[in-house]
Amino acid sequence: MDWQAFALTLKLASVTTVILLAIAIPLASLLVLGRSRWLAALEALAALPLVLPPTVLGFFLLVLLGPRTAFGRGIAAILGHPLAFSFEGLVIGSVIYSLPFAVQPLVAGFAAIEPSLVDAARLLGAGSARIVFTLLVPLARRSLVAAAVLSFLHTVGEFGVVLMLGGDIPGATRTLSIVLYNQVENFDYAAAERTSAILLLLSLLALAFLYSKREKRGGAARA
Amino acid sequence: MLNLDLTARRGSFHLHVACRLASDWTVIFGPSGAGKSTLLRLLAGLDQNVLSGSTHAIVSLDDSTLTDTANHVWLQPGRRRTSLVAQQPSLFPHLSVEANVAYGLGALDRSLRATRVSEMLSLVDATDLAQRMPRDLSGGQAQRVALARALAPSPRLLLLDEPFSALDGVASDALISRLQSWLLVNKVQTILATHDATAAFTTGAEVVLLQEGRLAAQGAASQVLAAERARLLSHL
Repeated sequence: MDWQAFALTLKLASVTTVILLAIAIPLASLLVLGRSRWLAALEALAALPLVLPPTVLGFFLLVLLGPRTAFGRGIAAILGHPLAFSFEGLVIGSVIYSLPFAVQPLVAGFAAIEPSLVDAARLLGAGSARIVFTLLVPLARRSLVAAAVLSFLHTVGEFGVVLMLGGDIPGATRTLSIVLYNQVENFDYAAAERTSAILLLLSLLALAFLYSKREKRGGAARA
Repeated sequence: MLNLDLTARRGSFHLHVACRLASDWTVIFGPSGAGKSTLLRLLAGLDQNVLSGSTHAIVSLDDSTLTDTANHVWLQPGRRRTSLVAQQPSLFPHLSVEANVAYGLGALDRSLRATRVSEMLSLVDATDLAQRMPRDLSGGQAQRVALARALAPSPRLLLLDEPFSALDGVASDALISRLQSWLLVNKVQTILATHDATAAFTTGAEVVLLQEGRLAAQGAASQVLAAERARLLSHL
């Protein structure tokens, strides 16, 4: 078992999830509360990674963050190294790739909140930020948990973006999915089974946690 | 004093109301669908989207302009010093009664906020409900708490959209009587929308009769609602 890859995978998924929630909460709030005609375009953009092949996304990011673009050269000049084939680059790729998995549960949760509650808060002088953090987030906390779990799991399981953007650098970009790919390529099926089992167990545990939260809600409603 | 000249459109429904409301307590009377709720929501600064295209709106309260679409003036709901209490109390379900009433008092320090919350709950006879959650309240209790929450930030204009529907007649009369005295002392102009003529007669208010989105009459209840009064009496 490649514990270094296991730790790196958990680190990547955790960092990505935290960043995603920080982005997705204001973005989902804007999509639900905003009135601009451009919001449909923004929502489409946020959902794009759902339908875009991961390898295509990985390739775009590889080019964007590499030395072929002014942006990539600028980043490299600031950080002292290019973002492509680095852990930081992987985080950026993972955040973009998993964005819909954080945004969509939150949009659904926020949209389900009675609009009269938002009106009441506005009448009492609450601005957008206060409405989001004192009303939307507490009332949609199950959606928040779903967004976090799905983002985490999706990052744990990603392969195409990681391979294109990160390559296979031990300790920096080699995640469990890459390890599994290498094991299968080397016909080391016994090791591949162990790696797969770890990934399967991780996914099952996270989903069981998510559904246990939903079960509690159903229980409360029935009580 | 409230001056308004509003033209709005929502689907096939058109609202056009132009009047001056100078009375401390005004009742907007009209059947369901007459446009009462739409009017109150526009006065509160909600539903800006129904004012578009050829529609226009001017609303001023005393010397402040709240809405003037021709000059792109639209004060946000929380900046109008206007409160709206609807039939649906819309209490924040995750906050206690006390926290609900305190929600609009963010600018006050903690002790002043507690005093104000206590004063408002006492006004609506809900002091004993302070620690309860909204899910533990009856419909009438929730409406009283919603009223306390709306009054807490010291509005200049109070808009009531059939907010006492869940209270029985005696409780409603007692609350309105207590409320009227308090509003008069605190100089809060009040507009009550209802389809119940009794409220118009018992409160001695100026009455605005709204029919199909138009102002049909304005004046004392005995004049404006003479036909309605005759209809009620005919049922006795």
